[in-house]
Amino acid sequence: MVSTKVTLCGIEMDNPLIPASGTFGFGYEFAEIYDINCLGTFSFKGTTKDPRFGNPTPRIAECDAGMINAVGLQNPGVDRVLSEELPKLKKCFHKPVMANVSGFSVEDYAYTVEKLDAEDQIGWFEVNVSCPNVHGGGMSFGTSPEAAAEVTRACRKVTKKPLLIKLSPNVTDIVSIAKACEDAGADGISMINTMLGMRIDLKTKRPVIANKMGGFSGPAIKPVALRMVYQVYDAVKIPIVGMGGISTAEDVIEMMLAGATAVQVGAANLVDPYVCKDIIEKLPEVMQKYGINDLKDIIGGAHNG
Amino acid sequence: MKQGIFEITENRMIAKNTYLMVLKGDVSDITASGQFINIKLDGFFLRRPISVCDVNADSVTIIYKVVGKGTEVMAKMSAGERLDVLTGLGNGYDLSKSGDRPVLLGGGAGVPPMYMLCRLLIEEGKKPSVILGFNTKDEVFFEEEFKTLGADVTVTTADGSYGLKGFVTDAMKQMEYTYFYTCGPEPMLKAIDKTATTSGQLSFEERMGCGFGACMGCSCKTKYGNKRICKDGPVLEREEIIW
Ligand SMILES: Cc1cc2nc3c(=O)[nH]c(=O)nc-3n(C[C@H](O)[C@H](O)[C@H](O)COP(=O)(O)OP(=O)(O)OC[C@H]3O[C@@H](n4cnc5c(N)ncnc54)[C@H](O)[C@@H]3O)c2cc1C
Ligand SMILES: Cc1cc2nc3c(=O)[nH]c(=O)nc-3n(C[C@H](O)[C@H](O)[C@H](O)COP(=O)(O)O)c2cc1C
Ligand code: FES
Repeated sequence: MVSTKVTLCGIEMDNPLIPASGTFGFGYEFAEIYDINCLGTFSFKGTTKDPRFGNPTPRIAECDAGMINAVGLQNPGVDRVLSEELPKLKKCFHKPVMANVSGFSVEDYAYTVEKLDAEDQIGWFEVNVSCPNVHGGGMSFGTSPEAAAEVTRACRKVTKKPLLIKLSPNVTDIVSIAKACEDAGADGISMINTMLGMRIDLKTKRPVIANKMGGFSGPAIKPVALRMVYQVYDAVKIPIVGMGGISTAEDVIEMMLAGATAVQVGAANLVDPYVCKDIIEKLPEVMQKYGINDLKDIIGGAHNG
Repeated sequence: MKQGIFEITENRMIAKNTYLMVLKGDVSDITASGQFINIKLDGFFLRRPISVCDVNADSVTIIYKVVGKGTEVMAKMSAGERLDVLTGLGNGYDLSKSGDRPVLLGGGAGVPPMYMLCRLLIEEGKKPSVILGFNTKDEVFFEEEFKTLGADVTVTTADGSYGLKGFVTDAMKQMEYTYFYTCGPEPMLKAIDKTATTSGQLSFEERMGCGFGACMGCSCKTKYGNKRICKDGPVLEREEIIW
């Protein structure tokens, strides 16, 4: 028997599989088709202080081996997440959940984290300092070590729960940002968010996305994600949650070898709603194929020798 | 929602750039007209949403127009090939409000969902009129099929090469009806909203990430709050729409 258990910031998970924020809603669309308690956990939709409609449509564009989204953090706001979404979620998911939080000022982040902190089911915070869709907001926090550290410190003050900071790949030096977050009190790093991208429609000769640009994700970004996780693993001591283009059990192993303690699956959930369940079922077999008995043993394995 | 592997039993051209495909498989999640299915195609990342044209015990019929690379690939497929399909997506039309003489307006690639709706209304003893709008004669399809169901059918073409010259709204203006149902390009939906004298239901399109409510890719604002076209739609009530 192989072991797929991992421990992320002190919380043991049955397996390292985590559907990524924004691709799994608050769980129920998926709970309708399979028992989502098989997951390690999942990261719920990015939650902000106030309700947001997000960007105008079209918000989605197809790419070769991926997609662009410019949803723009549509969510009902922290109050309704607490009063409506989480009570519904409790009925279908019985494990600690990861709370994904976004904001437009340092105070926003701290406010939302503090409000959510009282909710027992929240196991981890994943603070998104990287969403590229919001003008003047998310992007700037994730692109400078100082700003990322400031958000980390503010959130650290209002929660004792494990605090992960989710980083943007749209930077020149992701390592310095990860280190700044670690020094400011983060318990983990989550990476990567989407890469800024664009598509243009040949018929209309205009950008496909109403917002012109959006976040590119899916299998095409996997090599970039692997490289960044590998670099950050070398530089920080805190655990990394790796993501970017994961859609198979082999991808999970590859991401863990790069240095991830747990792994998220984003865009793949949208085209293949059973993908996380399938990966979990397939993982033991693929581990055996590569001579892996305990998944914990391979974290950062690519750095050996 | 259900995911299933479907076998193509038929795939043929029925009008210019327009194909009819029959897919055999588990259709138990298709519960209403106006719903859609989401088709995975080799070599494409996102699925392609296509309306249910009709359904029976073990197969679903769709009609699609070739407009890009994905539908081009579909047009080249043959009977016996298999497709990974999500079924049972979207709310579909609510028949309970139709009254005795509803009018059904389909424009181009918006004609297909009108077929199952028309069949269900007739099975309930209603007397639907159908108005089908196309650009030109080559594109006309399903006139006979609707007549065979027992509906009163008017065809319009924008260039006058077949049927009534003009738009579906030109035919609508001359009709009496208790309610309306429609699907088609947004400018047509807008024109119908301006013309209609009763309540009605309109089916919308949007670029979709998932098609089952998870990604918020297809949201729109309505008078009753934010809705996802794929899950809370694609059918919206006239009264809730913000144009
Ligand atoms: C609920 C719903 C029902 C539909 N029903 C039908 C139908 O019954 N018959 C039919 O012919 N067409 C229908 N469409 C439109 C159909 O989905 C598109 O024509 C098709 O996706 C085009 O794919 P493509 O690869 O050929 O085009 P491309 O332009 O190459 O596609 C690129 C991307 O844009 C998306 N896209 C392109 N056009 C549309 C569109 N109009 N709506 C949504 N996404 C689009 C594609 O899915 C793909 O992700 C429906 C759309 C929706 C949303
Ligand atoms: C439709 C969509 C919505 C997303 N929304 C969020 C969000 O609200 N918060 C967040 O931190 N990341 C969000 N992301 C980013 C993903 O969580 C993930 O970091 C990214 O997509 C890379 O993983 P992937 O290649 O597996 O998709 C979103 C991604 C997609 C595709
Ligand atoms: S397409 Fe994903 S929510 Fe509608």
